[in-house]
Amino acid sequence: MLFIKNGEVVDTKEGIMRHCDVFISEGVIKAMAPWGEMEVPEGAKVLDAKGKIVAPGLLDMHVHLREPGEEYKETIESGCKAAVAGGFVAVLSMPNTRPVNDNASVTQYIIKRANEVGLAQVYPVGAITVGQKGEVLSEFGDLRAAGAVAVSDDGKCVMDSGLMRRAMEYASFFGLRVISHCEDTNLSEGGQMHEGVVSAHIGLKGIPAEAEEIMVFREIALSKLTGVPIHIAHVSTKGSVELIRWAKSKDILVTAETAPHYFTLDHNELSGYNTLAKVNPPLRTPQDVAAIIEGLSDGTIDAIATDHAPHSVLEKEVEFDKASPGMVGLELAVPLALTLVRNGALSMPEAIRKMSLNPCRILGIEGGAIEVNKKADICIIDPTVEWEVTQEELYSKGKNTPFLGRVLKGRNMVTIIGGEVVFARP
Amino acid sequence: MGDNLREFRHKDLLGIGQLSVEDIELILETASSFKEISTRDIKKVPTLRGKTIVNFFYEPSTRTRTSFEVAAKRLSADTVSLSASGSSIEKGETLVDTAKNLQAMNPDLIVIRHSSSGAPHLIARHVEAGVINAGDGTNEHPTQALLDLYTIWEKKGRIRGLEVAIVGDIEHSRVARSDILALKKMGANVTVSGPPTMVPRVMEELGVKLVLDPKKAILEKDVVIVLRIQLERQGRRLIPSLREYARVFGISQEDLKKAKPDVILMHPGPINRGVELSPEVADSQFSVILEQVINGVAIRMAILYLLMGGAR
Repeated sequence: MLFIKNGEVVDTKEGIMRHCDVFISEGVIKAMAPWGEMEVPEGAKVLDAKGKIVAPGLLDMHVHLREPGEEYKETIESGCKAAVAGGFVAVLSMPNTRPVNDNASVTQYIIKRANEVGLAQVYPVGAITVGQKGEVLSEFGDLRAAGAVAVSDDGKCVMDSGLMRRAMEYASFFGLRVISHCEDTNLSEGGQMHEGVVSAHIGLKGIPAEAEEIMVFREIALSKLTGVPIHIAHVSTKGSVELIRWAKSKDILVTAETAPHYFTLDHNELSGYNTLAKVNPPLRTPQDVAAIIEGLSDGTIDAIATDHAPHSVLEKEVEFDKASPGMVGLELAVPLALTLVRNGALSMPEAIRKMSLNPCRILGIEGGAIEVNKKADICIIDPTVEWEVTQEELYSKGKNTPFLGRVLKGRNMVTIIGGEVVFARP
Repeated sequence: MGDNLREFRHKDLLGIGQLSVEDIELILETASSFKEISTRDIKKVPTLRGKTIVNFFYEPSTRTRTSFEVAAKRLSADTVSLSASGSSIEKGETLVDTAKNLQAMNPDLIVIRHSSSGAPHLIARHVEAGVINAGDGTNEHPTQALLDLYTIWEKKGRIRGLEVAIVGDIEHSRVARSDILALKKMGANVTVSGPPTMVPRVMEELGVKLVLDPKKAILEKDVVIVLRIQLERQGRRLIPSLREYARVFGISQEDLKKAKPDVILMHPGPINRGVELSPEVADSQFSVILEQVINGVAIRMAILYLLMGGAR
């Protein structure tokens, strides 16, 4: 039994904050009442959340756990430790493992390992095409039966529009959400960073914003054609935000996520060839960053997902064009999202909702709200604590983030899954 | 040598961007006094005796590599030359590990040419020796830009206010990028020219004027720099054929007559006669291409000297 008192409870459904105590027993939320109105039941462990935010456990709909195949970068265990440290009770694991998660046996393996670890819930994402090769559809029925909740060729874009149409139509039959990595790879080929003033100055081949936008528009058009919902991964450009905003105004079934680095950092991070800031899609211009924040603010962008992409020094301490793109994000998402709350772009409930209720709704997953008689998945966030990002502070095996050495404000302190405290910051 | 009050406070020379106008003036003046050494009967001074310089060329190079080697030897430094083939690079060693191993032998300077933009910056973060960028990917070739500045300064007596056209594959040229940064820093006006596949609009971000037709770009120019053209870049054809390039974008003697009467023609080499330059123009009265090579040794002597502490 747990009794969380004096916390500011986020009501993601009503979009308000409540001054509530929360009583948890038998894995579910038994009661909520205004501060001090409820007696602490006998035998309940009391957690004092004074000055802290009591939020529903977060869901990160874009994570690379690297297992099976690249366990030196991250394992399901280390990734789930990082998840709960960051406030996430559930993650979607992207299919670009080795072997690729394009069949039921890989999906089952991931779920089995996650259950053995027993921390965050892992929802596997199956590959759209066999081997992520963009040629033949994976067996969506098998993937769904094994436990996949969505399909994506993440990291690769399905360049064949006819195949993508069939993928959307076929996925809809099984209730699998299709997640699209939007990149015209003919246009972006060889690109190392955003094409713009910085790439021109430092002589790296650019990836134009249009490489993303062309495919964002294609997915919108295919959704219009098929009537099947599409989810756009890691939106990074102003043009993409505008296209998605337009599509939503036409009632086309498009949803979208962005990652904290796209609303925090711009391409100037690359000027010293910092491979830690190399990511795909690339960090864009300050104007794009502003447009992403606006898109989050007006609801065009539904979700914040980290695109957590752990790498080792083997992939990062090399020449820039040989470095792998990606950065870790699970343990940095909360403080970076809170920046948007502090600067007024989002209210606290809106910020939390984009990492909980909204992705749950997009995926048709239970959760994302603190409600009586529902499973007690909760995180407790200190919104004011300042901490320096160091390698030692991160539970993830991946230490690849350009935020190393920076001081961030706000941090998840406690994570509760099914009424059990699975993480409490020492 | 030079003025004791003007110190050159750099450990590395990675790009033009790190240099101030005063730094560049000091390099040019130092080169000027070193140039005479190469004309002596005994072409050697003891200035850098006991210093070790490693020339590490991951990409083929004749001109730059020889130029650095001659420069070092004329200053009495010991030089070691390594190339990617036959070295541990072929055995799969990472660049950082190679750098650390070189550092363990305690060289004073490492001169590096590499096919990846930013590779010298990566090495500089891992070694104590000074690092000189002798050309990295499509980023910079700062010593080429400095010898180009020197050649212009010697011929024209000034750089500020000159009109300069650079013709060719601007986007993928490290010479173009360094030249643009250096010329603009020193107050010249720069126009870039070539087919739009090699001179995309984003090049305007470098603060240059785009006049894509070379015949127009070179009108009334004081200096015309022509770049070597390669048919393919990173596996992609940027132009249909060298033949068509030569016809539409190649520079001829007749074209140069429409520049200023005292125009100088420059080229970083190696030239493709009959492609970016018509067959006769490299030998014409406008051409200073071989003087660039002579000045390259003097500039590199100056840079080696200044990075080693100069007059301090």
